[in-house]
Amino acid sequence: MAVPKLEQLSKSVVQGPSLATGAIPTRDWMDIPVVFKEGNYAYPAKKEKVEYLNSQNGLHFPNARDWSPEADDWKLPENWKEIILAGLKERLEKFRSLKIFMDCCVRCGACADKCHFFLGTGDPKNMPVLRAELLRSVYRNDFTLAGKIMGRMAGAREMTVGVLKEWFMYSYQCTECRRCSVFCPYGIDTAEVTMMVRELLHLVGIGINWILEPASNSNRTGNHMGLQPHTFKDNVDFLADDIENLTGIRVNHSFNRKGAEVLFITPSADVFAEPGLYTAMGYLLLFEAIGLDYTWSTYASEGGNFGLFTNNELMKKLNAKMYAEAKRLGVKYIIGGECGHMWRVLHQYMDTMNGPADFLETPVSSITGTTFTNAASTKMVHISEFTADLIKHGKIKLDKSRNSHVKATYHDSCNPARAMGLMDEPRYILDHVVDWVEMPENTIREQTFCCGSGTGLNTDEIMELRMRAGLPRANAVKHVHEKKGVNMLSCVCAIDRATLTSLMNYWNPDVRVCGVTELVGNALVIDGETRGDLDDGLRTML
Amino acid sequence: MKYAFSFLVVIALIVVAGLGSQIQGMQYVFGVALPYLAILVFAGGFIYRVVQWAKSPVPFPIQTTCGQAASLDFIKQNKLECPHTTSEVVARMILEIVTFRSLFRNTKSEIHEGPHLTYESSKWLWVFSLMFHYSFLLIIIRHMRLFLDPAPFWMSWLEFADGIFQVGAPNAYITDATILMALVYLFGRRIINRHVKYISLVNDFFPLVLIFTIACTGILMRYFLRTDVDILTIKRLAVGLVTFSPVIGAKLGAIFYIHLFLVSTLLIYFPFSKLMHLGGVFLSPTRNMKNNSRAVRYINPWNPEIKPHSYAGYEDEFREFMVEAGIPVEKELPVEKG
Repeated sequence: MAVPKLEQLSKSVVQGPSLATGAIPTRDWMDIPVVFKEGNYAYPAKKEKVEYLNSQNGLHFPNARDWSPEADDWKLPENWKEIILAGLKERLEKFRSLKIFMDCCVRCGACADKCHFFLGTGDPKNMPVLRAELLRSVYRNDFTLAGKIMGRMAGAREMTVGVLKEWFMYSYQCTECRRCSVFCPYGIDTAEVTMMVRELLHLVGIGINWILEPASNSNRTGNHMGLQPHTFKDNVDFLADDIENLTGIRVNHSFNRKGAEVLFITPSADVFAEPGLYTAMGYLLLFEAIGLDYTWSTYASEGGNFGLFTNNELMKKLNAKMYAEAKRLGVKYIIGGECGHMWRVLHQYMDTMNGPADFLETPVSSITGTTFTNAASTKMVHISEFTADLIKHGKIKLDKSRNSHVKATYHDSCNPARAMGLMDEPRYILDHVVDWVEMPENTIREQTFCCGSGTGLNTDEIMELRMRAGLPRANAVKHVHEKKGVNMLSCVCAIDRATLTSLMNYWNPDVRVCGVTELVGNALVIDGETRGDLDDGLRTML
Repeated sequence: MKYAFSFLVVIALIVVAGLGSQIQGMQYVFGVALPYLAILVFAGGFIYRVVQWAKSPVPFPIQTTCGQAASLDFIKQNKLECPHTTSEVVARMILEIVTFRSLFRNTKSEIHEGPHLTYESSKWLWVFSLMFHYSFLLIIIRHMRLFLDPAPFWMSWLEFADGIFQVGAPNAYITDATILMALVYLFGRRIINRHVKYISLVNDFFPLVLIFTIACTGILMRYFLRTDVDILTIKRLAVGLVTFSPVIGAKLGAIFYIHLFLVSTLLIYFPFSKLMHLGGVFLSPTRNMKNNSRAVRYINPWNPEIKPHSYAGYEDEFREFMVEAGIPVEKELPVEKG
């Protein structure tokens, strides 16, 4: 799908007749059907991927088939409506959040212009409140007295194929970033609503390939990229070779090694593609510098969890590998690399789903002696927490001037910021390794804007949507690029490293994207190194 | 015209009460039976709804963190926005419920040529929401004078404070003015603000119009239509309702029955409507959970039994590659015979 030229899109987001720019649609939203056309939807999941997932123990992904969102007939099961309504009932009974969020909204509109998808597309149904009303209207119709009696007058409507299509459209124009939930006076979290709608859609076989293929890869090969064990090892080995060429340091890394103190897990994207590769080089260098006794795993070679974007069962199944592998290898605790949604799962779901990890020990840094009491139960520490602690105790030698080619800013990834509260550790690290500045205050920390392509939406066929949704983030970067000369957007998220790169290439081509640990790797001074003048840090071409 | 419909319904309610209460013998229905019914529906419905919510478990800790979490000792935690302990959660909830903390954060975004996006602080909704809710609360407390005999001593302080400007006779209450102002704002933004206009339902206009009319009829009774509203008769009825010995005394004007009927309507409507946010705000999991989910294991009562794709299965599929790549395995390759 061709992406519109920058000038075109720049005009369109400002002048286009949209609710964001001032035009109010004349028809009620219930009367506006969705129209699928090439470019406004992510491709459906391939039949064999759905079949594979459905064949796995504990998972339920029925109705595998070839279908197209553009076709009138989505080849739904005959009793699709009963399935959806029964699924909704079941979820109302299982999730208090869903009930409360269905009942409590007063439509005050505080969330309306907080959503990056709304700001970029101006589509009223991308206002978080209206996105939730898509489901709430059906809930009213079938589960509330007022809706049953008053019908449409009370905002209720019957579940139809049109509604189902609308759910598909808009639950995949939400990145579950939770920015709206920060502003909602009742804490209504659209991420929760989107997750429920996506779960319901999977019950009748509606899902997208960009999520289900990586998820099935992860189940089988251990990682989203589908890297088999030898390939995974090769990739890391290549990075080690690059490090040796650049710095003269031969890092000592291992795979699936029993008896290591620490298991290290990061998103496989970090060992797969630029610019994540440089972040992975940063990890390797950092662990070498402190002589950490750690191992990678090829079986649990994925930090991320696309199950989070499908349903809680798949999330649990994919996540369970981490503890299973930690137990098998007999490590003491786990360190997790930089990734946003991965850390939402690790912080808010892992222990509940797959704990208690009583075969592990409360994490204690063998370098500094610090006990990570905040991870006493999950036994899993964030690399930024781990690194900040090293810096605080003066256990690594850093030369900031090695990042003098970089003027950085920091992008809070949605999940670490709003589902974990990890905000100042990365900033503490940046203070010690690079010259950096903040973006405007309404776009950082808990108010940070999503990259626009999270929750498995970083697929090329919806590039225009992604560039629109990423506009608020890109615009804030542009501000510090123009005012402060920022040329590097740092973050602690693997999806960001991929998606922000596309976003910057489009909106701010002079700004590159990196992981925080890449900047740490650049600045690290290690005994025995024979490093020349690396004018582009770990990215220097020799 | 969703708001027009709300007006029509309220006008109809006024007519029903205004005419109905004047029919001989119907005073008892409007003055006693309906208020009792309303209280029953309100209390029963409210409790039912809260119990219904509480019956569904909270399977996962899904707190929304709006500040730095408790972490390393040199990283400063934001205790109010990212609570780690129960007392910090209580503090966060108090701030949320008493000061509408989240609404205070509100910003207004604009898209300018460039494109250039701006986000300005926008506090009007917060100001008027607070104004509305606190005015309403104080008015309800003031009304307790009617049900309590003798009225508690502090009641007169409250009334004194509310009428501190000493304007008019009887003294005009500040809350009477502020509740009307706030309601006009809340109603006005629903027909002017384009985002809110597009999402507003009858369910959003109706309570505003209803409460506005309740306030108006109350104000009319207190300041303007005093002739056939005998406060002592009303108090006797109110105290009678509370003590389960209601008496309809001397004749009361239609305006009183209209006021009471609208209040009864509001009470009956309450549990079936979005007004239940009063209860829901306490139960919202994104706000009332501790952010200690890595330090203390949170239990999901329906945690399904799901095992990962096993390591054994993984090694069986890839053993050859692993051995060749020098990756340790649990089971060596079978020794080739021959």
